[in-house]
Amino acid sequence: MDTFVQQIINGLTIGSIYALIALGYTMVYGILRLINFAHGDIYMLGAYAGYYIAHWLGFAGEPSIAGLAVTLVGSMVAAALLGMAIERFAYRPVRKYARMTTLITAIGVSLLLENLGVVIFGGAPRSFPEQLQNETYTLFGNAAISKTQLLIFGVSVVLMVLLQWIVYKTKVGTAMRAVSFNLNSAKLMGINTDAIIVFTFALGSALAAAGGVLTAQYNPTIYPLMGIITGLKAFVAAVLGGIGNIPGAVLGGLLIGAAETFVVGYGQLIGIPSTYRDAVAFAILILVLLFRPAGLLGTTVQEKV
Amino acid sequence: MPGFVKKLVGAAVILVVLYAVSAAMSREGLFGFGLGAYESEVLMLVGINVILAVSLNLINGFTGQFSIGHAGFMAIGAYASAYFTVYHGQGLEQSLGGGTFAHALVFTVAILIGAVVAGVMGLLVGVPSLRLRGDYLAIVTLGFAEIIRIVILNLDVVGGATGFSVPGTVSFFWVGIVAVITIVVVHNIVKSDTGRALISIREDELAAEAMGVNTTRYKVLSFAISSAFAGVAGVLFGHFKRFLATPDFTFIKSFEVIIMIVLGGMGSITGAVLGAIVITILPELLRQLPSVGGFNFADLRLVIYAALLIVIMLTRPQGVLGEREIGLHWLRRAQKAPEGDRQVGDDSGVPIAQKPKAADQEGTGGGGQNR
Repeated sequence: MDTFVQQIINGLTIGSIYALIALGYTMVYGILRLINFAHGDIYMLGAYAGYYIAHWLGFAGEPSIAGLAVTLVGSMVAAALLGMAIERFAYRPVRKYARMTTLITAIGVSLLLENLGVVIFGGAPRSFPEQLQNETYTLFGNAAISKTQLLIFGVSVVLMVLLQWIVYKTKVGTAMRAVSFNLNSAKLMGINTDAIIVFTFALGSALAAAGGVLTAQYNPTIYPLMGIITGLKAFVAAVLGGIGNIPGAVLGGLLIGAAETFVVGYGQLIGIPSTYRDAVAFAILILVLLFRPAGLLGTTVQEKV
Repeated sequence: MPGFVKKLVGAAVILVVLYAVSAAMSREGLFGFGLGAYESEVLMLVGINVILAVSLNLINGFTGQFSIGHAGFMAIGAYASAYFTVYHGQGLEQSLGGGTFAHALVFTVAILIGAVVAGVMGLLVGVPSLRLRGDYLAIVTLGFAEIIRIVILNLDVVGGATGFSVPGTVSFFWVGIVAVITIVVVHNIVKSDTGRALISIREDELAAEAMGVNTTRYKVLSFAISSAFAGVAGVLFGHFKRFLATPDFTFIKSFEVIIMIVLGGMGSITGAVLGAIVITILPELLRQLPSVGGFNFADLRLVIYAALLIVIMLTRPQGVLGEREIGLHWLRRAQKAPEGDRQVGDDSGVPIAQKPKAADQEGTGGGGQNR
């Protein structure tokens, strides 16, 4: 029983990260119908931004809450700016073209960020400075929860509540929802769709960067290609929950995190080696797309001619 | 000259050229003129990449479906044929008496096995996936390719994580012939009724369906054929490198093939060939450049590919050749050039006059298509 609880805790921890990244995917898809392949790399760049901020501002030496807060906020701001730049220079010019063109552009941006990361940061993994004095609290038996995990849960929940508030209780949020419903009609109603799109990218990128910094607290090794697999899994999470659907992204992220942890944890008992870890998310994706393509919380929309 | 004599002469010329190049790669060279080991390797890779690019072009360029899982099918073909060669091939060759003919026969069997296994896998992947729309299909094909790679990584019978040694040699003659066969087959498909159906699916799937084209059947067909050829490329790759390791078949490989066909033009076979040649030779050219400030240009290869991809999409999304082909038809009286280049997968419909390319958000009220 205690192993089960431990698995759940671990699964939800990693699921929260997937959820934060998945929110970015789902928001951008909602307004632009574009899968932002580069989103996983923004997660990676957020982690690196946090790394450099921590080192340059002197927070790398010893754990401090202030340091953590500054690193987190700083990396979120940096990622938001990067996301806005990508939208402005890579996605906006090709928005008027066919879908495959924008898809290929997104792939190109993703590859560019990854390999620039390898060239600039070096392919060797780095150690993210520990900014939280980690302690483990035993719940019962073998089940324990660490302070870092509590941090991840806490920050994720706060950010998600903030996002809910922005999307449902502010004018900008209403505009975002309008644009995701129908871009042209929103334009006709006087909404500056370009600005809303920029805002959405900034928001999504900030969340991904937060995910990056939080992951780095949990697992201090960062390397330039860390965004690829995590980004893909987060995308699967967004699809699982219903792409375009914000609560769906959160649900999907938590489910994928839990599924992955359970398959790895219990799979060893039935002979599935833990190297199949990454295949879990893809298998879930294929199942979802076969049996419920709209996702768990999504609604099917008919294709009109 | 009657048609079939022309074709026969053409085939003979191609065979002679391929044989000459292949002989030039051997130790004695051709009439004393030999190609070094380095150049030979580059030429072999060019040939293999041509097969990959032309086959991917069938599904991405002519059918308009966006698949980025090509490396997965290449891996299946490579490992399936390697399994055969390692565990059964030697025995078969001995029982046929050894010698070049037996070797050629066994190798042909290996190629066929690679093609069939990869083709069947393409069918299995295609049937469920091809109901999905462009963006999802891309992710699903990527996912399948990754699953395939992870499964192969865990199969110790083909080496698992440590890699798999493959005996046997393959000369440029083989690669060249298979490349030519691939080009001819794809060309014939495209020019046939099947090709028409595929192009109609690319142009407007709903209209094609309305005109009675069984879109699912044709999509799955092109997917299977494309995968089969990718498998053959994998067979050649494996037997050429003589060592298989799963890191060779990641999505980076898939993206390289994508860049080849995007550069050359996604609706053009000659474009795919050109793209394959350029992308294969590019890293070698980069290696010749002097290092700038500690950066060897060859390390920037992937950065350059990515930047190239973005620049092409921003400036000339249809690639170098678009949908045009370079060919003997240029020798006939001047053909009317197609009316303007279309964007990749342009779904704005057939223009009567040049319409501004404004693709508006799908659906009028209610934002709609299948998610």
